[in-house]
Amino acid sequence: MKAFFKRMLRRRSRVAAVPDTELTASAELTPSIVPVIRRADRFSVQDLMVEASYGVGARPSRLVMTTLGTVLGIASLVVTIGFAQTAAGQISNQFDAVSATQVMIEPASTRNSSGNEQAAGRLPWDAPERVNRLAGVERAGLVAEVDVEDQLVTSVPVNDPSAAQTLSPAVIATSPGLLAAVRGQVITGRYFDVGHDERADRVVVLGARAAETLGINRVDSQPSIFIGEVPYTVIGIIDGVERRANLLDAVIVPLGTARADFGLSAPTELHVQINVGAGTLVARQAPIALDPNAPENFTVQAPAAASSLQDNIQADINIVFLTLGIIALLAGGLGIANVTLLSVLERVGEIGLRRALGATKRDIARQFIVESAVIGLLGGLIGSAVGVFAVVVVSLLQGWTPILDPFVAIGAALLGTVVGLAAGAYPAVRASNIEPITALRGGT
Amino acid sequence: MTAPVVELVNVTRSFPGPPEVQALKSVNLRVERGDYLSIVGPSGSGKSTMLNLLGLLDRPSVGEYHLDGTSTSMLDEKQRAIVRGGTIGFVFQAFHLLPHRTVLDNVLLATLYSGVPRAEREDRARAALDRVGLNHRLDFLPGTLSGGERQRVAVARAVVASPELLLADEPTGNLDETTGGEVMDLFEELHADGLTLIVITHDHAVSDRAERRVRITDGRLSELS
Repeated sequence: MKAFFKRMLRRRSRVAAVPDTELTASAELTPSIVPVIRRADRFSVQDLMVEASYGVGARPSRLVMTTLGTVLGIASLVVTIGFAQTAAGQISNQFDAVSATQVMIEPASTRNSSGNEQAAGRLPWDAPERVNRLAGVERAGLVAEVDVEDQLVTSVPVNDPSAAQTLSPAVIATSPGLLAAVRGQVITGRYFDVGHDERADRVVVLGARAAETLGINRVDSQPSIFIGEVPYTVIGIIDGVERRANLLDAVIVPLGTARADFGLSAPTELHVQINVGAGTLVARQAPIALDPNAPENFTVQAPAAASSLQDNIQADINIVFLTLGIIALLAGGLGIANVTLLSVLERVGEIGLRRALGATKRDIARQFIVESAVIGLLGGLIGSAVGVFAVVVVSLLQGWTPILDPFVAIGAALLGTVVGLAAGAYPAVRASNIEPITALRGGT
Repeated sequence: MTAPVVELVNVTRSFPGPPEVQALKSVNLRVERGDYLSIVGPSGSGKSTMLNLLGLLDRPSVGEYHLDGTSTSMLDEKQRAIVRGGTIGFVFQAFHLLPHRTVLDNVLLATLYSGVPRAEREDRARAALDRVGLNHRLDFLPGTLSGGERQRVAVARAVVASPELLLADEPTGNLDETTGGEVMDLFEELHADGLTLIVITHDHAVSDRAERRVRITDGRLSELS
């Protein structure tokens, strides 16, 4: 063993024994005293990581306190984003139930030269039959506003000059299939059918609130209302048309009747009930089915594709919590900077020693910056896990579907590393500028 | 003839004032391979500056420092760090062992920066610890060792990278007479194996054991005996 050691001590002597004169000539380029060292043999990344991990793990209780700020900051960011995404998922679920299955088509309107709006196209009378043939369409129905001029809608044809003028309910004409298409229910009586429509029978269906205004609550006695002086038989009362609530305030007549009695020229809206997810398809195909020559003359209100709906809502992340999260993260970063600085001051001796053993300023700076980056990464990982856990637990308790983009969780952990890197920069510079001998003679 | 390990030529180190302080004044020193030199002097005499310069931790203001026959003035900081790691071993008064690392790890630390091939590191650290008689303490933490043992670990760390020159700064300052003497015995053994040794001390009992003694007073160097 002793012989081996002697060999170790002597080995370099042979290499370095070069005459002085020769050196001064060639030394400008490669001074012979500087040994040629393979990169992998001198403080490689592996060595750096090992040294940094010892530095991080030396004081476990302090490590916990140091990471706490980052954990809180990252966790609150993940929770905020997670809840925003979960809530967006909830909202779009509710939307899906009603709005995602309704499509409304109107004739496009243009402005003529005098500035008045003018319908550019015209819905055909057989529009429901045309769109019913499209894939994804469940039911369809037409609606038309009926202009009854100045005629009053009353339940008794008495002209009482002393009675106050009341606003009479609007008259709306629909195709027989409309009620189903807008998901209304008949409270009493029935809705009119194709027969009434074709014969232009003088029958009406009342919206629930219009029926109340007119004082009609049952139809088995075959009550009548008067539009102007013409009597119409009330055959039913409807309710529950959420998508076209003005029907509840209206007196509804068959389209055929409106054409015959009031000279209705064209329907104004086509309501279509579709299958979930068929919105985009129907929106593209329905105008062509309605008028193959001029599909651009219709405007379609179709449910947005699910993803764009969610994107819109996700943009609406709670700013307050996001700000709190960022503040907590900044505090966490300051905490890391503070503790790393403290650790630099405590480890002055170690830094001096490493310099004496051949570490460059850069080696020292790298070690401390990696240490604080590792602390940041740890805080980021724990915070991310805590955040995900919180989102899942709260969603479980509320019966929601937890939704969280996996990149948010990964990105949050990386954000912790970035915070650690930034926080470690100043302490690392301080560490690298420590004078080795002062540090080594100063104390322990 | 081989070049001397250390050759200081008219080295002056001054610190800009005001007032300007000349810690070393036109020092000439030549240390041959295998020499055992002690530098004595009271505090404030320039010993620290000397240690800084010899250890490549500082540069002379004026003059030349040839280490192993090469002028060090043309080396940049990174080269100086590499030369320091590979050519010079340090032993300090305060040992400077890392408290949370085992004895073996502490010795291995010196191999990180000096370019010892990775595969040889552990063997050489074990050999060095064996050399200082601590192969039964490999997995101990420094806190559980006696002062003398700690300084021996530090010596093992200083020689593990096979340096040209061992710089010891008050190596017995924190030790009692007996253990200090043991450490000096160890130095003598290393010297007998061919290591060049420079011991900086204010303790005459320590300096008297060296083959050659130099006194430093007020920044000037004078040969003793």
